[in-house]
Amino acid sequence: MANEGVNHGRRRFLTATTAVVGGAGVVAAAVPFIKTWLPSARAKTAGAPVTVDISKLEVGQMLVVGGNVPEWRGQPIWIIHRSDEQLAALPSQDPRLKDPKSENADQQPKYAQNAWRSFEQHKNIMVLVGICTHLGCSPKFHGELKPEPFDEQWKGGFFCPCHKSRFDMAGRVYDGVPAPTNLKVPPYKFADEHTLVIGVDPEGAA
Amino acid sequence: MANVIARAVAGVQDWVNYRAPGMMPAYRKHLSEYWAPKNFNLWYYFGSLALLVLVNQIVTGIFLTMQFKPSAAEAFASVEYIMRDVEWGWLVRYMHSTGASLFFIVVYLHMFRGLMYGSYQKPRELVWLLGMLIYLVLMAEAFMGYVLPWGQMSFWGAKVIISLFGAIPVVGDTLVEWIMGDYLPSDATLNRFFALHVVALPLVLLLLVVLHLFALHEVGSNNPDGVEIKKNKDASGKPLDGIAFHPYYTVKDLFGASFFMLIAAFIIFFEPTVGGLFLEPDNFLPADRLVTPAHIKPVWYYTPYYAMLRVVPSKLGGVCVMFGAIALLFFVPWLDKSKVKSVRYRGWLTKIMLALLAVCFVWLGKIGAGPGTDPVETQIGRVLTFLYFAFFITMPVWSKLDKTKPVPERVTMHD
Repeated sequence: MANEGVNHGRRRFLTATTAVVGGAGVVAAAVPFIKTWLPSARAKTAGAPVTVDISKLEVGQMLVVGGNVPEWRGQPIWIIHRSDEQLAALPSQDPRLKDPKSENADQQPKYAQNAWRSFEQHKNIMVLVGICTHLGCSPKFHGELKPEPFDEQWKGGFFCPCHKSRFDMAGRVYDGVPAPTNLKVPPYKFADEHTLVIGVDPEGAA
Repeated sequence: MANVIARAVAGVQDWVNYRAPGMMPAYRKHLSEYWAPKNFNLWYYFGSLALLVLVNQIVTGIFLTMQFKPSAAEAFASVEYIMRDVEWGWLVRYMHSTGASLFFIVVYLHMFRGLMYGSYQKPRELVWLLGMLIYLVLMAEAFMGYVLPWGQMSFWGAKVIISLFGAIPVVGDTLVEWIMGDYLPSDATLNRFFALHVVALPLVLLLLVVLHLFALHEVGSNNPDGVEIKKNKDASGKPLDGIAFHPYYTVKDLFGASFFMLIAAFIIFFEPTVGGLFLEPDNFLPADRLVTPAHIKPVWYYTPYYAMLRVVPSKLGGVCVMFGAIALLFFVPWLDKSKVKSVRYRGWLTKIMLALLAVCFVWLGKIGAGPGTDPVETQIGRVLTFLYFAFFITMPVWSKLDKTKPVPERVTMHD
């Protein structure tokens, strides 16, 4: 390359602009390749929010999304219509729990971070991911407020037969069991009084 | 007749040399006139053995891809098909699965050799760095390979390991979905891991191995005495303590390779799972996203780091400690302040620290392979993790403090 009579400023400018334009091109070309890794349209459809009709869900009953209703993102979703009695018993369990105030923000959306772990205006309806936070077994529903073989002071809740983890009626984990955290509350909202949508936050709560 | 053949060979040689004049010099530089120190001991087998295992993984891997189906619906059955119906399929598959574990055994010994004899010290820092990159890629390669059979441990191991990235603030959850291509390990995950395991990472691995060897051949091999053999050369420029890699070390390594293959054959033919260590029992069950194995753990070669992850009470903290433990290894060439390379001419402090590191690594490995429910064990694990980090972080201090002996001019223990 000829180095005499060269305008170095222009050469530097041309080198720099070529590098910048070329670099931008490489980055732009990389975007589609990186994006191929995102969940595909098919995966998104399969993971789309699930609508559940709870008009027939009586007090004290549990409806299992995933039983006759589709599951959400491969996880069974529990919907429980808690009685006032069950709700009233919740605060009495606080001293026996690992995380009574639901301080672990990963386990529920903001709007469920309260004493009932549900919407305040629909506090009887509890929505949970039905997978034990220990090793992913399926805990069993024991809704009655009576002494159980696994707990003398039982006030309703869930008991995991695999490794004996216990959770109360708000899915909060008891102290001294292998499960590390409360059961997960998925994002959900009420479309109307009797229709739940699992997998999406209510408007303005994201 | 012999004359004709000799002339033909010479003719071909001339033909090639005329068109690629760099070929013979390259052969001489890397083999017939690569002067390796003549005092290599047993520890110096593991480099060539790693190369041997790499070749084994590539060849058996190619044959496995001919029968394997990289889809969540078919993967497990196709592996069983290879094991039961494909002629000699069991042998190819066990050579591949055993090879993976042997790869790590060989690489860990190779790395420990480097630490003992100061093979990372100036001017060999680049060799060490490239080696560490190989180790990183190898871990990714092995992890993705373990996911492919789509057994219970494939699935749950993938779920646990990928979810580690979820601990990263802000982008964590998106990153996890990006890696999996779904909201849980799925067909998309398996399929992309297959592509990375059989195409992308082996290419990277091969490139790094070539660079590792080139970097080594620029500076020359270290040796158990840590003596620079290039300081003493004869009139022709050949190091006095050096011998040609080929034929001397090719023949010696052939012996090492034979012995190594004897051990490998024993494992492959008689105990391919090594009591659940090389192949975990849970991975002989098809993946089921609704049934978690009682006890999720990675394969043995990751368990020291997995133990560190588990004994740290916070998730993000555990992830940082785990990756930090690997990252620290990269800095060894700059952490070691000793003027002496080999442990032979360094004091008791270096010997104790090296022994301590080995004990920590193995013991953590044992803890990481266990259920992790024993609180006493967790405390021990914390102490070991602390000591592991202390080894590296205090290295500038103890490597400087330690008394050294005079390093001989020439290599010892050899005529």
